[in-house]
Amino acid sequence: MPLLSIAIWLPIVAGVLLLAFGRDDRANAVRWAALIAATASFLVTIPLVTGFNLGTAAMQFAEKHAWIARFNVWYTLGVDGLSVWFVLLTAFTTVIVVISAWKVIEERVHQYMGAFLILSGLLVGVFCAMDGLLFYVFFEATLIPMYLIIGVWGGPRRVYAAFKFFLYTLAGSLLMLVALIYLYYKSGGSFDILVWHRLPLPMQAQVLIFFAFFFAFAVKVPMWPVHTWLPDAHVEAPTGGSVVLAAIMLKLGAYGFLRFSLPITPDASHRWAWFIVALSLIAVVYIGLVALVQSDMKKLVAYSSIAHMGFVTLGFFMFNELTTSGAIVQMVSHGFVSGAMFLCIGVLYDRVHSREISAYGGVANTMPKFAAFAVLFAMANVGLPGTAGFVGEWMVILGTIKVNFWIAAVAATTLIWGAGYTLWMVKRVYFGAIANEHVRDLVDLDRREFAMLAALAVAVLAMGLYPKPFTDVMHSSVVELLRHVSVSKLAP
Amino acid sequence: MNWQAAYPILPEIALLAMACVVAMSDLWTPGKDRIVTYCLAQGALGLVAIGQLWFFYEGSTYYAMQRMVVADPMGHLLGLFATLAMMTTLVYTRPYAASRDLLKGELFTLSMFSLLGILVMLAANNFLVVYLGLELMSLSLYALVAMRRDDTGATEAAMKYFVLGALASGFLLYGLSMMYGATGSLEISEVFKAINTGRINRAVLVLGTVFVVAGLAFKLGAVPFHMWVPDVYQGAPTSMTLLVGGAPKLAAFAITLRLLVEGMIGLAIDWQQMLVLLSLASMLLGNLAAIAQTNLKRMLAYSTIAQIGFMLLGLCPGVVSGTTVSAGNAYSSAMFYVVTDVLTTLGTFGMIMLLSRAGHEAERIDDFRGLARRSPWFAGVMAVFMFSLAGIPPTVGFYAKLAVLQALVSTGVPALIWLAVAAVVLSLLGAYYYLRVVKVMWFDEPVDRQPIEGSRDVRIMLSINGAAVVVLGVLPGGLMQLCAQAIVQMFAT
Repeated sequence: MPLLSIAIWLPIVAGVLLLAFGRDDRANAVRWAALIAATASFLVTIPLVTGFNLGTAAMQFAEKHAWIARFNVWYTLGVDGLSVWFVLLTAFTTVIVVISAWKVIEERVHQYMGAFLILSGLLVGVFCAMDGLLFYVFFEATLIPMYLIIGVWGGPRRVYAAFKFFLYTLAGSLLMLVALIYLYYKSGGSFDILVWHRLPLPMQAQVLIFFAFFFAFAVKVPMWPVHTWLPDAHVEAPTGGSVVLAAIMLKLGAYGFLRFSLPITPDASHRWAWFIVALSLIAVVYIGLVALVQSDMKKLVAYSSIAHMGFVTLGFFMFNELTTSGAIVQMVSHGFVSGAMFLCIGVLYDRVHSREISAYGGVANTMPKFAAFAVLFAMANVGLPGTAGFVGEWMVILGTIKVNFWIAAVAATTLIWGAGYTLWMVKRVYFGAIANEHVRDLVDLDRREFAMLAALAVAVLAMGLYPKPFTDVMHSSVVELLRHVSVSKLAP
Repeated sequence: MNWQAAYPILPEIALLAMACVVAMSDLWTPGKDRIVTYCLAQGALGLVAIGQLWFFYEGSTYYAMQRMVVADPMGHLLGLFATLAMMTTLVYTRPYAASRDLLKGELFTLSMFSLLGILVMLAANNFLVVYLGLELMSLSLYALVAMRRDDTGATEAAMKYFVLGALASGFLLYGLSMMYGATGSLEISEVFKAINTGRINRAVLVLGTVFVVAGLAFKLGAVPFHMWVPDVYQGAPTSMTLLVGGAPKLAAFAITLRLLVEGMIGLAIDWQQMLVLLSLASMLLGNLAAIAQTNLKRMLAYSTIAQIGFMLLGLCPGVVSGTTVSAGNAYSSAMFYVVTDVLTTLGTFGMIMLLSRAGHEAERIDDFRGLARRSPWFAGVMAVFMFSLAGIPPTVGFYAKLAVLQALVSTGVPALIWLAVAAVVLSLLGAYYYLRVVKVMWFDEPVDRQPIEGSRDVRIMLSINGAAVVVLGVLPGGLMQLCAQAIVQMFAT
């Protein structure tokens, strides 16, 4: 069965049908239809992991059909250990997003749900595409639904944020398009990513291609100093938009480094690794400090995302198995944790309509169940052992020490900054005396909210307590990737 | 004249006859809605389209009328698209023109004559036939733009269009006369052979090329010969804007191919440099000026200039270091670009006409404010057109840009690769103003909340148009293949 195609097209078709036939006077039917479609799309992806062959680094569940014969473009899909978890993460997050919007979105429900379902299918497509052009089409097409989601359902400065998001990403990815076409030309007319992996390239070409990819992916990750779109987009986007942005869209950039930059331009990657490492450390330290002074909760989590993604890029460019696996684990865990943190902010925002930390205080008194979840996710964000956040950071730091102690030392300060901004926020929002009558009137979680936070909490704890299934799936692919990257591709 | 000689130009002959029939029958059919005239005209165009399709699939190349005209797949394919574009234009035009007292018999007759001019250009194998078709098309269009006689804007637009158009024709004619003087032939294939002998004074040829390129650039609307485009697009009634900006673009592209490629490919080194400059200037000025516009028609005019600039890039990598290996790839990418651009242009101006009511022109960008609340479907269709013009997948505009960039990069010449990078950066500028239209439609609250009224055929046609942009965006292979096939056969003869 073409599982990957179903995982891509099921939500897209469902989304298009919702757009075409949904109406606001039957919003409830739309919600249920969206939930069923999202759940079905998630269930389809489960066999990808249960049927995953751990022993090989080759592409699994592969599909290949002719697409644009004139340019030798193929509809090629496949997953390996690097990408399979993100397919699941995407489908899972979409279910959560649909549930989270159940009551909050009352107008144009079908458009909201349709946009998220289509976005979900496109994102799965990015992770599955093994043809360069197909990847690019999915990568760029995700901009359209996200642009509309931020612009239509966003906050007061949504127009500015939507434009900034769109143009920033487009600017980066257009250069990548030229690089893709150049690789197509160099490989004698093939868009196959696996062919590009084996393509010898002279140093100068590698460096140019490396930087073309770098611009596209660095904007998406985002790395300092091209991160400024992210706080704006996060703050203005509706809760669901923030969740998908943080949990999945940021991963597209990091995934791009793994799939394109490292294997296609290994020599340039080695030569310029110091540059990426430097930017990553700046993200960890400087952005961590920036997060400390935020008064808006969403902005704080947004900056914390940038800092955590700094760890991911650091891990990739240390070139050893521990850091690379750690970085991928960090990507998955960050998907759960940051998504959960944005959902928590959404839960508060739905009730009080403020994201300012100063508008809260003593929430734990009136919403004890909710506070328990929120503190758990905050601990995971800090990287407390036993939670998902710990595993990835620990692996990256441990692997980095072997390479360079001082880089590891600087990176490890994230534990201080992360604890600083996260726990300080937790203290101000959840603990202490009840700050005002808004907080006094808060109602604790209903069943719907409890279910979605509980699902995430289970994921966060499971990953923290028993990460072996995650790392096992990655193992072969990471080893293969590193073996590939260590061999020079300079043309003789 | 024997029938054998007339066979390849049967569609043109049929169109001429039907145009006369439409002109005459209109005098005897009363009724303000001109339904008979309209149906006759559409029927005739449908026949022509079928004829073009027939000849395209027959796939052979005929010369007729003492080699004055050539009927080849390239001409027939573009002719098919031009006819379809004209049919679509008439569908969009009818209700719009009816509410403005423009729905006269002349509208249909002149449209058919302008299409005849286009088809003559597509079939030209002789400088004089090129000129004949060009003037037939242009004179019909001048009259169409001027049809609203009591409107100063439209009259001014017609005047500008006429004066500058005549100047452009003069340029072209002057250039062609130099080519004739240097090579001693008016026939395009003879000129090609004469240039390739290498025994002709190069200075005269290059000077002639300058004038030919300038004339073509006028007709295409490339910077610095673009001055008429914004004024005509804005000033003319929207239906006439579409008549000027739709099918004629295909014709201008076709004579560019006929003259520069079929006739003067021996001089490619020279005209490619000119086209590079024209194209960069067009993309820069078109994209920058479009940002500042508040009038949607004027914005689309500047956007057209930028799009034409991008399309011209596709003609630049045809001859690289003296070989024509990449020519088929390059010219078919430009052809794909111009065909898809016309498809999208039709839709955008169709939307403007759909939103315009009697006494109200929806031509400011603000008139689209909150369209998503009034009609999500058509706001979606318009958004598809805008994303396509911006070149965002999965719309057909992306593949058009991809094809051209691919043609540039695949030459492997560093200068052309950097040209591709420049084109990409300039098209990023363009994304801003297309996004602004989407923003106005989707993010802003509507000023008036009236639902969109529009006749059923316009709504259906616009939906088909929008669907075509998306479907060709998901499966662009077929159309690309057709363009490539047409160009390859052009080279084979």
